[in-house]
Amino acid sequence: MKEYNFAYLDEQTKRMIRRAILKGLAIPGYQVPFASREMPMPYGWGTGGVQVSAAVLTPDDTLKVIDQGADDTTNAVSIRRFFQRTAGVDVTEKTGEASVIQTRHRIPEQALREGQIIVYQVPIPEPLRFLEPSEVETRKMHALEDYGLMHVKLYEDISQHGDIATAYAYPVKVEGRYVMDPSPIPKFDNPKLDMAAIQLFGAGREQRIYALPPYTKVVSLDFDDYPFQPTKADHACALCGSTTSYLDELITDDAGGRMFICSDTDYCATRVEDAA
Amino acid sequence: MTPLLQVENLAKYYGARIGCTDVSFDLYPGEVMGIVGESGSGKSTLLNCLAGHLKPDHGAVRFATRSDGLRDTVTMSEPERRMLGRTDWAFVHQHARDGLRMNVSAGGNVGERLMAVNARHYGDIRDQAIDWLGRVEITQDRIDDRPTAFSGGMQQRLQIARNLVTGPRLVFMDEPTGGLDVSVQARLLDLLRGLVRDMGLSAIIVTHDLAVVRLLADRLMVMKDGHVVETGLTDQVLDDPQHGYTQLLVSSVLQV
Repeated sequence: MKEYNFAYLDEQTKRMIRRAILKGLAIPGYQVPFASREMPMPYGWGTGGVQVSAAVLTPDDTLKVIDQGADDTTNAVSIRRFFQRTAGVDVTEKTGEASVIQTRHRIPEQALREGQIIVYQVPIPEPLRFLEPSEVETRKMHALEDYGLMHVKLYEDISQHGDIATAYAYPVKVEGRYVMDPSPIPKFDNPKLDMAAIQLFGAGREQRIYALPPYTKVVSLDFDDYPFQPTKADHACALCGSTTSYLDELITDDAGGRMFICSDTDYCATRVEDAA
Repeated sequence: MTPLLQVENLAKYYGARIGCTDVSFDLYPGEVMGIVGESGSGKSTLLNCLAGHLKPDHGAVRFATRSDGLRDTVTMSEPERRMLGRTDWAFVHQHARDGLRMNVSAGGNVGERLMAVNARHYGDIRDQAIDWLGRVEITQDRIDDRPTAFSGGMQQRLQIARNLVTGPRLVFMDEPTGGLDVSVQARLLDLLRGLVRDMGLSAIIVTHDLAVVRLLADRLMVMKDGHVVETGLTDQVLDDPQHGYTQLLVSSVLQV
């Protein structure tokens, strides 16, 4: 396709984004401001993730896009097609074969390996946002490691619900320094943030990029007497029978019928194939 | 005895106008000092400079830190000053909503300072919150209510509990009884006096209510147009005012 530069963005923009990514990798968990561009999609549909993906894609890459774990939902399909058309890269649904994975709110079940890049779409990068509305103040709090407020939120959870009720976008501390919002992934995925692949987070509307280099120490915040617990629905997948994967609940009729299936479609399909 | 707080030639200007100037005093442990004066006399500016909320244009504010003695809080680094702000210092605002997190429960409000100094045990934090709510006469069953559900007097008491939970040594109060009706004021003053005496706190109270300083303060500083016009023991200043402005101030109070 000749109408667009490779991967839609012009080279100067990609250069600017790559600089932000490198800075983010150098200071794990720190939110780097960047000049987010208008993308041909609405805010909230992954404009940050798409810009980060565009900046890291090379013609030799193989791209996988998932939306809540699935390869075949609207958001995933349209972003995948966007890069097929503007970058002409190979695409795949296999987690193991992809070199760049753009994800909306899930980490694939299959462990990622060195050399892979996972790009998260982030709606609100600031973990302190709903506690402290002022950006000036939150930046100061990050700079001074003034994170008492984060625990106030967890305290409120326990006092109201008897347990830490935060189930997604569960705050983490990176390398004992920055408190980071891991994007709205379920807290089930939090332990996986300690991984071999490079993790990049892009927030388009909020104009922030942050990153985790491979093998970065990521700790979920908790209390001594209420330790962090990853949770999932207490069922086995109705299709592949997995008891260890994160499950989606599907309503199947209007008589209370429901089934639980893996949210990671590639993982589930591979297991079904292997069993057959 | 070494002073807890030593202020030397403190001045703050707003452009060409004077906020406060030439302020010097020593505050000793366990002492309560009142600052009185009319609106615009520089009381609040002075208090905010002392508490590190405003940066004074010159002068020094030395605080006796636990580890290395007298340190100038003006030239101290921001993290150190913030650390003082949530351990050894407390600041009670005139309007409780400025000092409280209105969308966080009473227990969370009291626990915030504990969590800011790395308390990480929910049970302990909650026990301390319950203890402190009791001390300021808020019943235990209100611990999970938000301050929005509290009356003005209760909010103010909650603000005091939230500030004193980390056992500060110096409390700054900006019109702590402003906007409360008289009977609530009296109860609050009684409570404050008890806490100050029991904990051996030092305090600096800014107010325009002479009754408040009469009850709480050992010493008094009278300000006008950014200058300190008179200082002395509270009873001495109030019963035998020397400066013209102080005489006016004392005589303006209705004797009931």
